Amino acid sequence: MTLQKINPLRKYIRNGKLPHFFCPGCGCGQVLNYFLKAVDDLRLDFKKIITIGGVGCTARIPVYLNTDSLHGVHGRTLAWATGVKTYRPDLKVVIFAGDGDLVSIGGNHFLHAARRNLDVAVILVNNFNFAMTGGQVAPTTLLDSITMTTPFGSQEKPFDISKLAICSGATYVARWNTAKPTQTIKSIKKALQHEGFSLVEILSQCPTNFGRYALRTGDPQKVLKWIEEKSITRTKAEKLSEDELKDKFVLGEFIDKKQPVFRGTSLFREGDH
Amino acid sequence: MDKNLKHKSNRVNTGIHFMLGNYAVVEGALAAGCDYFAGYPITPANEISELMSKRLPEVGGVFIQGEDELFSIYSVISASLAGAKAMTATASAGFIYMQEGIGYASAVEAPCVIVDVQRCRGENFATQADVMQMRWGASGDYESIVLAPSTAQELFDFTILAFNLSEEFRNPVIVMSETTIALMRERLEIPEKERIINYKRHYTSLPPEMYLPFKAKANCPPDFAPMGKGYHTLYTLNYHNEDGTIDWDDQGYKKLYQRITDKISENRDKICKTESYFLEDADSVIIAYGSEVRPALDAVEMARNDGKKTGLLKLITVWPVHENLIKDIAKNVGRIFVVEMNIGKYVKEIERLCLPFCPVTSITKNMGIIHTKEEIYTTIKRTY
Repeated sequence: MTLQKINPLRKYIRNGKLPHFFCPGCGCGQVLNYFLKAVDDLRLDFKKIITIGGVGCTARIPVYLNTDSLHGVHGRTLAWATGVKTYRPDLKVVIFAGDGDLVSIGGNHFLHAARRNLDVAVILVNNFNFAMTGGQVAPTTLLDSITMTTPFGSQEKPFDISKLAICSGATYVARWNTAKPTQTIKSIKKALQHEGFSLVEILSQCPTNFGRYALRTGDPQKVLKWIEEKSITRTKAEKLSEDELKDKFVLGEFIDKKQPVFRGTSLFREGDH
Repeated sequence: MDKNLKHKSNRVNTGIHFMLGNYAVVEGALAAGCDYFAGYPITPANEISELMSKRLPEVGGVFIQGEDELFSIYSVISASLAGAKAMTATASAGFIYMQEGIGYASAVEAPCVIVDVQRCRGENFATQADVMQMRWGASGDYESIVLAPSTAQELFDFTILAFNLSEEFRNPVIVMSETTIALMRERLEIPEKERIINYKRHYTSLPPEMYLPFKAKANCPPDFAPMGKGYHTLYTLNYHNEDGTIDWDDQGYKKLYQRITDKISENRDKICKTESYFLEDADSVIIAYGSEVRPALDAVEMARNDGKKTGLLKLITVWPVHENLIKDIAKNVGRIFVVEMNIGKYVKEIERLCLPFCPVTSITKNMGIIHTKEEIYTTIKRTY
């Protein structure tokens, strides 16, 4: 009899839910791994973590996690998070969202939750398109990119979601890509321990849709290479002009500050529940 | 913050008051145990949020004014899943946005109370035009429980009833208010705390490894598990198995939505409440709901004074429809009148039930103002 080795992170996965439904080469599986590594390293009480996903590929991550989870409505993750966190401040709320879920349909909630400094960790997987629906243009799609709804190239300037979060009042913001596991895990750990609105934006490869339409390749490696070649660290970026930074993804930790968190209008105190 | 503030005021303001309808809703909610409220400004529902923002924190709850109605409904649902007795209030134009959340709440069987103070499109005049939106507004299969108060007292009483029904059946419950009663001051008697029913949520007694979050008997809601205690419940809009996980199964889908709708429709006789006036010897009956009950009852009095045997059936529960009772009445009378403040909507439902047995006459007024008793009686006299 051979002894089968079990991944130590397997205990965090919902019973019988693997294999997951992500396409081969998708970054969502990596992000799921990074999150579990961060939780495991920090030895967080998994029972006290509530994971939330809206609609989209990334939003499916909570479906595989062995936590209390909310899932299945597009763009309302931060409204859900506010209800849980203000009523039960003892719980840790983590959101997994794609770019479309978070800043297209959920854009208004995003601005206001960041403004209020709601105590929530948002893990954003930015793959530059609406992937689950088949590769349509998103608010993050780069100018001139071909997608299923921009056959002549996108004519809209994309959002820089990390900047948007900072301007709105988020108190921890970092951006990495899926090729940087060490830095990403470190930032997820910081986000999980941060009291206030934290955003970890992870630029991720979508070979099936963004890759095939915008980059003319379905090869995950090539899509990730494209992201990596456009990526530049914050320290290096500071020495470059605005023109040189055009079309570059600036990676790094942008803000980490302590500010009072949102509790709604309540006279609750810690430990009331 | 001063810790002594926490229980500075009472949940139940026992006594006799002269109170605004919207305030009566707040007092009812607090008496029923409401401890989470989210709302977005909209006339004529604002007084509910305003009083809540003061009263709720004082009794230990959480109040939030959100960025829109979508925030309100979704934060109310998630707070409810986290253990709160949660409520939101809005008016017609805001209620539309909440339909999305009502669909989700129905699918994951989250109790919550929604107050819709109906108003005319873009204006704050009186109407009952949302009566069908109350029932059919959300996507997917579901059943609504909708209560229609007609006085400040009923705004208080039915808000409590709404909380209790929503907990008992794990379903959203809508209080169908109207400009007419929401912005009117009236006598309100708040009973002793001990006399108010406060339905306690049913939590599972099973350990996490044996618990299935959506396993329930036919026609019943499942038991809740507390959040953050290792029960790892997935509350998803998608089709879910009894263990809560997503996994398409055509037979399972059919069974799930059969149970979610049956738990309301098969318990119709238990849920539905009505009040009858002069029905014993009636040969014609007015059916009315909400504030229209008031002139309708006066019209019955006019008819009786003229020697006409007219009665009134007041619907407390507008949805689900009290089908058996309405059919029984139709079998024994010569005509049914349906009084409504819209283009004539609920009358279709009454026609569906009554037309084999007796004619149905629609008495509508869609001018942003309630019927007078004379207007109702004129039609009765003409067709009697």
